[in-house]
Amino acid sequence: MADIVLDKVSKKFPDGTTAVRDVDLEIADGEFVILVGPSGCGKSTTLNMIAGLEDISSGELRIGGQRVNDKAPRDRDIAMVFQSYALYPNMTVRENMAFPLRLAKLDKETINQKVDQAAKVLELTPLLDRKPANLSGGQRQRVAMGRAIVRQPKAFLMDEPLSNLDAKLRVQMRTVVSRLQKQLGTTTVYVTHDQTEAMTLGDRVVIMRGGAVQQVGPPQELYDHPNNLFVAGFIGSPSMNFLTAKVEEGTLRTALGDVPIGDRIRRELEGADAPRELILGIRPEHFEDAELVDDDTRRRGMEFTAPVDIVESMGSDKYVYLSVEGERATSAELEELAADAGAADFSGAGSNLVTRLSAESTVTEGEDRRVWFNLEKIHLFDPSDGRNLTLHEGRAAGTFAD
Amino acid sequence: MSVNSTPAGADVAADGTDTRNGGHAAVPAQRNNRRGKPPLSENKRAERRLGWLLCAPAAFVMLAVTAYPILYSVWLSLQRYDLRFPAEREFIGLQNYATVLSNEFWWTAFGVTMLITVVTVAVELVLGMGLALIMHRTLVGRGIVRTSALIPYGIVTVVAAFSWRYAWTPGTGYLANLFADSAPLTERASSLAIIMLAEIWKTTPFMALLLMAGLALVPEDLLKAASTDGATAWQRFTKVMLPVMKPAILVALLFRTLDAFRVFDNIYVLTSGANETSSVSMIAYNNLIRGLNLGIGSTMSVLIFITVAIIAFVFVKLFGTAAPGSDDGERR
Repeated sequence: MADIVLDKVSKKFPDGTTAVRDVDLEIADGEFVILVGPSGCGKSTTLNMIAGLEDISSGELRIGGQRVNDKAPRDRDIAMVFQSYALYPNMTVRENMAFPLRLAKLDKETINQKVDQAAKVLELTPLLDRKPANLSGGQRQRVAMGRAIVRQPKAFLMDEPLSNLDAKLRVQMRTVVSRLQKQLGTTTVYVTHDQTEAMTLGDRVVIMRGGAVQQVGPPQELYDHPNNLFVAGFIGSPSMNFLTAKVEEGTLRTALGDVPIGDRIRRELEGADAPRELILGIRPEHFEDAELVDDDTRRRGMEFTAPVDIVESMGSDKYVYLSVEGERATSAELEELAADAGAADFSGAGSNLVTRLSAESTVTEGEDRRVWFNLEKIHLFDPSDGRNLTLHEGRAAGTFAD
Repeated sequence: MSVNSTPAGADVAADGTDTRNGGHAAVPAQRNNRRGKPPLSENKRAERRLGWLLCAPAAFVMLAVTAYPILYSVWLSLQRYDLRFPAEREFIGLQNYATVLSNEFWWTAFGVTMLITVVTVAVELVLGMGLALIMHRTLVGRGIVRTSALIPYGIVTVVAAFSWRYAWTPGTGYLANLFADSAPLTERASSLAIIMLAEIWKTTPFMALLLMAGLALVPEDLLKAASTDGATAWQRFTKVMLPVMKPAILVALLFRTLDAFRVFDNIYVLTSGANETSSVSMIAYNNLIRGLNLGIGSTMSVLIFITVAIIAFVFVKLFGTAAPGSDDGERR
């Protein structure tokens, strides 16, 4: 077990593209860190560099305090789990799991004992004599994990290990991975493109975009206090609503009405080069049916009326899609997020607002409904660089904080 | 190999061999028709009828150009039939086989052929694997590397064989001059070595090409996994790559073994079979075409056919256990 430190690690490919740019990251001993981002963000390349499967162009990588830039994967004492499982098709489950131990020249008895133990943990004992071709996806995944844990390596590296499983199994395996990591207490770096996986699994999450780290932090912090537009849009499902907000006469003109701004934001916007147009972001759960809001809460937000497009009742709450007038917010970050979600070429008419209202709400499709939203939870972003203007010393404080 | 052979006689000698390939191809067509299963729906039956109709022309041509010559040569091999003494033609059963199989020239040729087959295929496998790895791994100039590696295979065998012969001719040949005043093609051991060298030089690229197709089947992740599991480059090669590639290797070996066993062109040009360097194809040709002894020549052709069939059978049996990942080796 060991800590992993990335010190200004970069990866340039021979054709000139930079896949990873100056990544600084300190992963503590026993920590579970998730690298997440859309495809092509450099997360897998970063993982491969830690594993030693890709050369590091510049910067330093230390595992357990030792510089390992020039060490071969086999000398780094790390175990990797692949999306494709990468099980050796010619070997049985037992042989697959024993492979790293056999290469390490352990004696037969120790190997058998370790394999049996790992098989027991992962409930693979009845499958030990089967070949990978005769296993289900979930079983193969467990064998791949087994092959990683038998060695008791310094760290586990997992490259989208659950992406090939169906949705139900993925949720199940998520808990298996989580429990296993806690039991073993081994430093783990886990790559995924699925933000739900990132939120549920990790101690800390690293969000990457275009080869650079956007924000590092515990999942809840990333959710509540996103550094920028990209992080805000990437984390959360359904994702944050974004609206254009024009700065006029000390207020923000939005499709939801004029939003008042506090002193701090006003000071930010006073500069000559301050943006005249902002992007307002608000999460679905910060809306509520105006009928259900008590007076005390009502004061912390504001209300608007909009036609109800669709109501999806989830049982515990209702997802209500509202049609609001006004332009759709645009920025490079939002386009990239839409592309990643596969919706780049699809935009519904008007700008639809996703809200998550209480289950008690009597909202029905087609009517005009009065909806309240929480001003303390609003984020404002600069469309030019995506910076979160409401963030003060790392905390988001809404628009009218002083 | 026989496809490239251009001398007039070679086509005839190859006759017995080419038919074999044809016979092989006909097998899957027959296998489609499994009887005794639950009755088929009208739709299925119409589909099957259409299938047969579509196969029929090919099957017919196959019968005409393969089955007939094979059966005819079997028929000839059972007769005393020498064109110099046509009057003595008579059915003699297996007597020709007894004659051939008790003849030391046949067994010498058989030994030479076996030697050439085993040595060339083994060397080609090693060299071809090396070449395949190089071609698979090269990042720059991949096209040039692959093209240049394939040049020997693209040259007509007989042309290449002549250039080897001239190169080893004392006085004028550049290779013969390297070894002062030697005439390697006049001695048995050195002649065989040169024949094998010419064979290896020519067909290694083909081996490499087949193996490269196999290399492409090895998933990149598997090799990555092996290196994080602690395998050295050699261990990755022997413990991961080779087992996964095994079916491709067996196919390459099968192709090359069958080809090598029918070696003719190089021997024909380089030594004409002098100094006991004849292969079985050579002596079959000598008896059949030069000696005009249709009975004995056909017998030899049939014996070559049987040997090649046995080799193919053994390899196909090996394929069964080769598919990596199957629990039971019987999957076919």
